[in-house]
Amino acid sequence: MESIAIEGTPKTPTVNFDATTGKIEIKGRSIPENSIEFYRPLVEWLEEYSKEPQKLTNVNIQLEYFNTSSSKCILDVFKKLEAIKKAKNEVVINWYYEEDDEDMLEAGEDYESIIRIPFKMIEVVD
Amino acid sequence: MSFNIDERYKKMNKGEVLLAYKGSISAELITNVLGVVESKLDHVIDKSITKKKIYNILVESLQNLYHHVDDLPNLINESMDIHFGIFVISKVSDSYQIRTGNFIINNKIQKLKERLEKIKSLSKEELKDLYKFVLNNQKFSEKGGGGLGLIDIARRTDGRVEFEFDDFNDEYSFFSLNITI
Repeated sequence: MESIAIEGTPKTPTVNFDATTGKIEIKGRSIPENSIEFYRPLVEWLEEYSKEPQKLTNVNIQLEYFNTSSSKCILDVFKKLEAIKKAKNEVVINWYYEEDDEDMLEAGEDYESIIRIPFKMIEVVD
Repeated sequence: MSFNIDERYKKMNKGEVLLAYKGSISAELITNVLGVVESKLDHVIDKSITKKKIYNILVESLQNLYHHVDDLPNLINESMDIHFGIFVISKVSDSYQIRTGNFIINNKIQKLKERLEKIKSLSKEELKDLYKFVLNNQKFSEKGGGGLGLIDIARRTDGRVEFEFDDFNDEYSFFSLNITI
């Protein structure tokens, strides 16, 4: 399976999905007007990956900003990961937030309560 | 006609204005504005969290504006750009204000008004539940937001969102939103 490596822009995040290591990473900003186009290939990739996932899938989400248009797409990403976990594979989700950024921490908790995989909340101190 | 755009725009330019705009609302414009305001905020605010909050709400409110501007028919529109909207970002005493304004077809007002009134009446916990419900259950509209924008803004500002509809003519009104951070 091909990896995905996308460099970040002021409106879209850096993405690294690697099927051979099971490392999934979304970092930076996600504020496009319409996020569906950006996330569609990512969700499709995860769909493919879920057929033969690694024993351990390690997910790092480190977003500085994301808009509500992205929030639904990010949930779609998490739902694919939830399916991988349900199929008896290990999935670890690390949710990074900047020190004191209550809104971002809460956003992580919102996702956590919807998809029912425990998140590791990691506070990044400057 | 009782409603006058220029007067409204003047009225919106309150306090210490960081940026004010009146004209066509395009994706490109919004991208540029976000860039400009972000670097301005870097200069005027030290606290990274406050800056982030303002920027987040700005993204949401301007993208909302971009998605929901109703175009006036050409007849009245002669003097106005297509996708006409206004927005002002300013500092008023200790808080920041983001004001947006756009035309809206009259038959959409009722629904929007009810939505806003409902959102404003909810507690922090209730807003969180509503946000999660919409996030998890509602289908995405073509416009992208899926109705989360206003809920998100209310959550981040503890409901400090005021709104107003002014009659423009038989078909259109002018919708103003005032967000306090």
